[in-house]
Amino acid sequence: MGPLRRILLLCVSVCAVSAEITFAETSFDESLEEIVVEASTLNQTIIPVQTLEGSKLKNLSSSSVADAVRYFSGVQIKDYGGIGGLKTIDVRSMGSHHVGVFYDGVEISNAQNGVVDLGRFTLDNMESISVFNGQKSSIFQSAADFASSSALYLQTRIPKFEQGRSFNLDAGFKAGSFDTYNPTVLWEQRLSSKVSMSLSAEYLYTSGKYKFRTARKDGYDTIQMRKNGDVNSIRAELGLYGQLDNSGNWSAKAYYYNSRRGYPGAVVRTEPGKFQHQDRQWDRNFFLQGQAVKQFSTWYSFQGKLKFSNDFLHYLNDPNQDISTMYIDNSYLQRQYYASVANLFEPFDWWKLSLSADCTYSTLWSDMNHFANPNRLTFLANAAWAFLWWKVKLQANLLYTFVKDRTDEGFAQASDKNRFSPSVTISYRPFDNVDLTLRAYYKDIFRMPTLNDLYYTFIGNVNLKPETTRQFNLGAVYCADFYSGVFRHLQLTADAYYNQVDNKIIAMPGSNQFRWSMTNIGNVRIKGVDANMSADWLFGNVNVNTGFSYTYQKAQDFTDKSSPWYGGQIPYIPLHSLSVLVGADWKDFGLNYSFVYTGERYESVANIPENYAQPWYTHDVSMYYNWSLEKCTLRFAADVNNIFNQQYEVVQCYPMPGTNFKIKLNIML
Amino acid sequence: MNISVCKFSILLVAISLLAACRQGLETIVPSVQTSVPAEYIDSLEGMYLLNQGNMGTNKSTLDYLDFAQGIYNKNIFASRNPHVVGELGDVGNDMELYGSKLYAVINCSNYVEVMNADNACHQTQITVPNGRNIICHGGYVYVSSYAGPVNLDPNARRGIVVKIDTVSMQIVDSCLVGYQPDGMGICAGKLYVANSGGYRVPNYDRTVSVIDLDTFEEIRQIDVALNLNDVETDRYGRVYVSSRGDYYNNHSKIYIIDSSVDMVTDSIDVSCADMTVLGDSLYIVDSEFNYAIGMKSASYAIYNVVNRNLDTDNFISDGTQYSISMAYAIAVNPVTHCIYITDAKDFVTPGMLYCYSPQGKLMWKVITGDIPACMAFLKR
Repeated sequence: MGPLRRILLLCVSVCAVSAEITFAETSFDESLEEIVVEASTLNQTIIPVQTLEGSKLKNLSSSSVADAVRYFSGVQIKDYGGIGGLKTIDVRSMGSHHVGVFYDGVEISNAQNGVVDLGRFTLDNMESISVFNGQKSSIFQSAADFASSSALYLQTRIPKFEQGRSFNLDAGFKAGSFDTYNPTVLWEQRLSSKVSMSLSAEYLYTSGKYKFRTARKDGYDTIQMRKNGDVNSIRAELGLYGQLDNSGNWSAKAYYYNSRRGYPGAVVRTEPGKFQHQDRQWDRNFFLQGQAVKQFSTWYSFQGKLKFSNDFLHYLNDPNQDISTMYIDNSYLQRQYYASVANLFEPFDWWKLSLSADCTYSTLWSDMNHFANPNRLTFLANAAWAFLWWKVKLQANLLYTFVKDRTDEGFAQASDKNRFSPSVTISYRPFDNVDLTLRAYYKDIFRMPTLNDLYYTFIGNVNLKPETTRQFNLGAVYCADFYSGVFRHLQLTADAYYNQVDNKIIAMPGSNQFRWSMTNIGNVRIKGVDANMSADWLFGNVNVNTGFSYTYQKAQDFTDKSSPWYGGQIPYIPLHSLSVLVGADWKDFGLNYSFVYTGERYESVANIPENYAQPWYTHDVSMYYNWSLEKCTLRFAADVNNIFNQQYEVVQCYPMPGTNFKIKLNIML
Repeated sequence: MNISVCKFSILLVAISLLAACRQGLETIVPSVQTSVPAEYIDSLEGMYLLNQGNMGTNKSTLDYLDFAQGIYNKNIFASRNPHVVGELGDVGNDMELYGSKLYAVINCSNYVEVMNADNACHQTQITVPNGRNIICHGGYVYVSSYAGPVNLDPNARRGIVVKIDTVSMQIVDSCLVGYQPDGMGICAGKLYVANSGGYRVPNYDRTVSVIDLDTFEEIRQIDVALNLNDVETDRYGRVYVSSRGDYYNNHSKIYIIDSSVDMVTDSIDVSCADMTVLGDSLYIVDSEFNYAIGMKSASYAIYNVVNRNLDTDNFISDGTQYSISMAYAIAVNPVTHCIYITDAKDFVTPGMLYCYSPQGKLMWKVITGDIPACMAFLKR
């Protein structure tokens, strides 16, 4: 039984970047090519997935995960500008809270506000980034993997050693616009025949200063400077990776991130130079996580995961620095304990069953006045089935969620929540000799109100119900490989979908602007199309890969029938958006071009000229050269972003940088 | 196959690049005009309406209603002042017409915008950090501001009222008051300033600062109730101060100060978002949210300042109050006695202006800018 066959058995449809599984079947000495062969079973995935990995990811002129996911269809990034600006992901317009973000297979959850800042994750040690609509299409996974409307998986590099080597060292230095300096180091060491280690660390400084122009036709035209956008951060990760005989693996990771930064704030009319935003934020994030997968027999496999995280945030707004502001000095501490088990039963080739259970305990503390210091126990249990019948693959799962909140004495707390959430996925391959797959899925899931939604002083509302999403997706994938000529590989995917978001949690004003309250009143309906094309070419000895993605989204607000804005396109969702990626490699040289286009949008559900936002589009270019010396390899790389210096805003009043550049030098031993 | 795919991709890229074009620079949003019933009024030309815009969106806008032409001009400032960088600014909190000028306090832009009263053309701007409310009297403009001097305890930072000379357009004096001062009223040569203490939750301020206008010094603080907001005065020397309450057990309420003794002498048990005095009537509107019961309640009351009774707790007679979701501001036409109520809706979409007849019948309504907050009548 070859490794490929075993993987196919492990779960009916192999998920794209499930590192656990790929890794399980790959010994350390296997070369990259073999892994790629296995990864091409990605084409078999029955849930829409988009992945950027390996050299494609490395050659992008992007600095953070947020920059890279812009190239995916169906994805919108909310970007407050600059290296330090908050960057959050929204998949198919259901809202940032509905996207599960997984780091090395374990969810990064933020019980406090439910969103993850993707700007903080650099691409430096990232091996692959994938976005799944619905869920990762594997049945052998944690219950948490089933528990969000869509999922972003960030997989860091797992040590790989070429024949005869026992360590890798990669030291790099980046410098560029906004006074950015970013030294990095990656050390991978084989500790024994079955265990290896990886240490990755980086320091980042940026002043965050950049000029931007605001101008109106036949009106004012001015250039201003973005200030107080500085970031000072360090990140350090230590990973251990091990093999269990030939039938399993384990890994453990310690992660530490510490930053201090300023918030440049919204750009509004003020007297030039008189008042500057001076608010500061300090973050300290730490987590420990471990996981193990083992196949005990041909019909039973087990997976376990553990995680502890500790996240501290301190925010200061000091009128000594900016006399116009209110004094705010608050700290927040979140702790989370997570355990997960998953069992896979494979009684027959055509029928598999997985049972998994997760338990999470989160606490939130703050020194705010009148703060309830809530904690939350979440229990998830999931049963998933996979069937293979004729040319049809079917996966179905049922997730049970139980949530119990507790607060300090004297504060109200939300009632316990019990819910069952189903999903069904089906795929059909009509022809034996044409790699065309038709796919469809339905998923019903919800997100819990965050601890801020429920308990934030004054704003919180303990009577909130969970916000639900229902997704219907219909699509097709076509793949073709060619072994001669210029044109080598083609993949086309297209999906049409309809999403419903109900009981949407929205902040509504109380009796004045100071007092808002969270309510359950929103309803959004989203009709969309995602289309992707990727093609690989070979011109002589020049490898060219091209990617194109297009998104159409009609995301309408149907909250209030009596409102004049009933049916309006929801804020910041363009009808059309697209991206183009072109990469070329020749010997030790490489060139990469990318283009992102976001169509016209409105900043409010009132789709009127006052709220109109122009389309924006940026062209980025990067290039590299690998210089192989006797004992080491030097890699030179340079990026130029926003070549045509377009002045644009992704979020109203938060201008984005114009043309900016970066140079990178790496020494690899 | 190769050629067709190649053609296909070139076509897609070409289409995308064509579709992508921006129309050059962003354009200034033109004013939108809506017809409303015209009415020639001898002494009044029109009414300005200031929209706050949500914080951090730089969307404060100015609307103008022309009575004789029956035209509601939405968003006039930007198109009339194309060279003012950043249009009207962020969070227009209060506005007053005085002399030949229109003054608007733009809270988060930290200035008072001074415009020509006739055409809303920019004249100058006066720096007032975190300015809140405005009142004009005797050749001076008074603006309350949260940004008093910073002292050792940043939580105990008092507010100020600044005095602006309307000839030099300079701040000539300032007076320290309580915590986070908001509304102001002038009665018997004294300036009454409502201190909210809104930054000090749950330790709200409870006082009204009384400033002698001759010396421009605080002469006393009157203990009233927590979280004070709006101040109105009548012609009998009484000062009406609204308390926002704490949104839990202490309800919003109106307190009456007798300016001859500077003491609270009475109260009106009506919750209040905004109020205005015309003649012997105090008009009150509110949509209050109570956290304890999770419910909203609305009031549209008229209080008779002479016989000290509520004339009505709902002056809307045609049942249309149910279509108002967030009553936010009220103004009464001094000539026709028509009542204007603004509805801030959900604060992130445009609001609505409702015009009621003196009998409480809805005459017309029109869409405004975001969070319509304040109205001022322009005399001929």
